[in-house]
Amino acid sequence: MPTSDLILHEDDYLAIRDLIQRLRSEANARVVCLVDRNGQQIAGVGDLETLDTTALASLAAGNVAATDSLARLIGEKDFTALYHEGEKDNLHLSVVGGKIILVVIFDIRSSLGLVRLRVKKYSGELAAALERLEQRSAKARSGRMAASSPFAEITDEDIDSLFGN
Amino acid sequence: MTFINYAAREINCKIVYYGPGLGGKTTNLKWIYGKSNPTSRGKLISLATETDRTLFFDFLPLDLGTIRGFKTRFHLYTVPGQVFYDASRKLILRGVDGVVFVADSQAARMEANVESLRNLQANLKEQGYDLNKIPYVLQLNKRDMSTAVPVEEMKRQILIRNEPVFEAVAQTGIGVFDTLKAIARMVLVELKKTA
Repeated sequence: MPTSDLILHEDDYLAIRDLIQRLRSEANARVVCLVDRNGQQIAGVGDLETLDTTALASLAAGNVAATDSLARLIGEKDFTALYHEGEKDNLHLSVVGGKIILVVIFDIRSSLGLVRLRVKKYSGELAAALERLEQRSAKARSGRMAASSPFAEITDEDIDSLFGN
Repeated sequence: MTFINYAAREINCKIVYYGPGLGGKTTNLKWIYGKSNPTSRGKLISLATETDRTLFFDFLPLDLGTIRGFKTRFHLYTVPGQVFYDASRKLILRGVDGVVFVADSQAARMEANVESLRNLQANLKEQGYDLNKIPYVLQLNKRDMSTAVPVEEMKRQILIRNEPVFEAVAQTGIGVFDTLKAIARMVLVELKKTA
């Protein structure tokens, strides 16, 4: 089945951001981002001003998707983490709860060992938070929260105005 | 998979440009990039070979404006058209909200169009999508070529469900934005239906 719509509410966002903020602090990382497997950025903390996080999300998802396929090609279920080492900055990618990609960018102020340790520590909590988010999205889709959806009442005029017609 | 972000008040949708190799998918994105307001578009990312053939995907994030207080962001992707990149095409179709099929109008490419369309149907089906149901637009590109097959003949061969059809010359921008607007509209109408 195709993946269903993901709905991120303010309180879920704040809870997730708080978790990745703590992870960033404890791992001494420059940036921590959460990205869904289709390439949409969910949340990010750290030095984001100079970083194109939209492109980062898309490329991280592509990277993980390609690596997953490589894993299956050689008979592995998946590769749990990816690490790219640069001259100054390094990138650690891991899949949380089988669905969301956790991206950690760190430099000399941290180390791969520390990042791996902290990612492991927070993966469980993040997976639980994402599970709640998903359940809430499913609940919204089932119609119980339809009244609160701003899109149920999109009119043709709204769409036309988007295109300046 | 539409991503509705209440925290950032954004709707994010994914549109994939599909079609045979050298049909003009990347050219569509380049034109959109070139003609969009720099404040409403992100970087155009191309994962291409040394000879400028798409290797994995092109990616262009585009803000179309605000609807009901939500910023509507479209993530435009192309797939690599060459037959042997099928594994990559499957990955890029994940979570798709709408598909544009960019057909090459040249007579010599009709077979490639048909093959690519069959490949799209199969790859979508593998992921639980039905091409007869998802937002879908057909673009007949390279209408300026002397060997272009008549529109009616192309429709007879590759029209699948009375989808909107746009004649285009992506190199000069003809039909590019009409195609984009049509698919974006269909995705938003679908979002309304499922809200």
